[in-house]
Amino acid sequence: MIRNIQAVAGVVLREMLRRKDFYVVLVLSFLLVGLMAASRFFSADKAVASLKDAALLIIWISAFVIAVTSAARQIPAECESGTIFPLLAKPITRTEVLLGKFMGCWLACGVALAVFYAFLTIFSASRAHTMPGAIFFQAFWAHWILLGLIISLALLGSLVFAAPSSNTTICLVALAGLWLLGGHLNHIALRMTEPGSTLVYILYYILPHVELFDLRRLVVHDYPAVPWLMWAAQTLYGLTYTAALLVIGCTLFQRKSLR
Amino acid sequence: MDEPIIKIEKLRIEYRSRELGAPVKVAVKDLSLEVHKGEVFGFLGPNGAGKTSTMNVLLGFLPPAGGRASIFGVDVRQPIARQRIGYLPELTYYYKFLTAEELLRFYGRIFNLPQAELARRIDAVLKLVGLEEARGRLIKTYSKGMQQRVGLAQALINDPDLLILDEPTSGLDPVGRMQVRQIIQRLHSEGKTIFYSSHELGEVETVCDRVAVMHKGELKVQGKVEDLIRQFKGNLEEVFLKAIGYVPAENQTPESSPANT
Repeated sequence: MIRNIQAVAGVVLREMLRRKDFYVVLVLSFLLVGLMAASRFFSADKAVASLKDAALLIIWISAFVIAVTSAARQIPAECESGTIFPLLAKPITRTEVLLGKFMGCWLACGVALAVFYAFLTIFSASRAHTMPGAIFFQAFWAHWILLGLIISLALLGSLVFAAPSSNTTICLVALAGLWLLGGHLNHIALRMTEPGSTLVYILYYILPHVELFDLRRLVVHDYPAVPWLMWAAQTLYGLTYTAALLVIGCTLFQRKSLR
Repeated sequence: MDEPIIKIEKLRIEYRSRELGAPVKVAVKDLSLEVHKGEVFGFLGPNGAGKTSTMNVLLGFLPPAGGRASIFGVDVRQPIARQRIGYLPELTYYYKFLTAEELLRFYGRIFNLPQAELARRIDAVLKLVGLEEARGRLIKTYSKGMQQRVGLAQALINDPDLLILDEPTSGLDPVGRMQVRQIIQRLHSEGKTIFYSSHELGEVETVCDRVAVMHKGELKVQGKVEDLIRQFKGNLEEVFLKAIGYVPAENQTPESSPANT
């Protein structure tokens, strides 16, 4: 099983590393941060913190876009080109194909994220003249765990929505909603009447809390690292949702009619 | 008699529509056939006859609605049944961002071929299909004929005992067709079993030992090519047309016209 997953993941990695759009997003992100730094976009007293904040926001949005667009097209592209047929005609299960696609996308996004954070580390160290602490690693890790969840969501979406474009749009809107509103659903529920209030509360507890993975403020204001036990719990929380989405995805893929 | 390589018993394939109240479409009805070791078996029929649906069941892409199908005695729903199979689909575009060599290495890994054996197989199949020179080029730069040949190469990477070929010469020029036909004949001479779907009846007549003709999901006729030619008193094209009940336009009566079938 592991061998087949590795083989499929290897092809996904190769595809992403050979696609131009991957590099375009990276270069555009670097250019934006570089331009802001060069043009004294922020006032001098808060320049470093504001630049880090802006750079992290760009990194977050770029990583979302890379993760969703790459995962959303994987299975539809295989079906459209017909490559799914010679692949599944070999001793490989649909579960292995889906897990391979997930691993490939997650690793490629991890590489892109590592480049982003390395750039931010160098940039931050050059401006603040101090090396960033463990919080940088924790922010990177939390972000990568979240990308795993996002990729599994996009892969699941690709099995439900036939067109990658509609899947991408729905995933990005859903993520934006989770990111901006997910943490406030309990407050919204308090102001609602029944049965809406209970429904929103249920959503609050069922939906993944994307905001828990957002450690940007801690990085921007040079906070010390979060306790490692909390960091481990956050990792477990993200991996649990990812696993659940993958199980649903594998079940749907098993039942999907391929013609 | 030896155990059949492919055994299909009373196979029924249905397609259900997602629309409420839409009727179930029956693609294949009660199909039974056997393919034996070393045979080149031609699977014929007009478009919509149920050939590709049957192949899709054999390859585990579709679950049968009834009956059973096995390959090498193993139920086709088990992935292990595909360990000794090579499959060439009709007009597939392979991963355009890979080279032929990378594509073959990827598929070879799924068959768990050891590194040295895989390298040897890649060299052998690329030589067989005449793509040695282009092995390091991205597939997106290949012509249609080269794409079909890389498809044949991937079908052979595991040195399969059974080849399932769906329209292997579709879209190829005459030279490409001849090359593919020569490869099939060579594989036949090596004792491979080949299950072969094609609309090129002249080609089928040349390479196949036995054929089956499907029409509207039903098996109309099957047998040795020479027996059928003798029985129907004509070449394979005439056998095919008679088996599907085709009546030439000049001989059509209002009852036999296609509009009434």
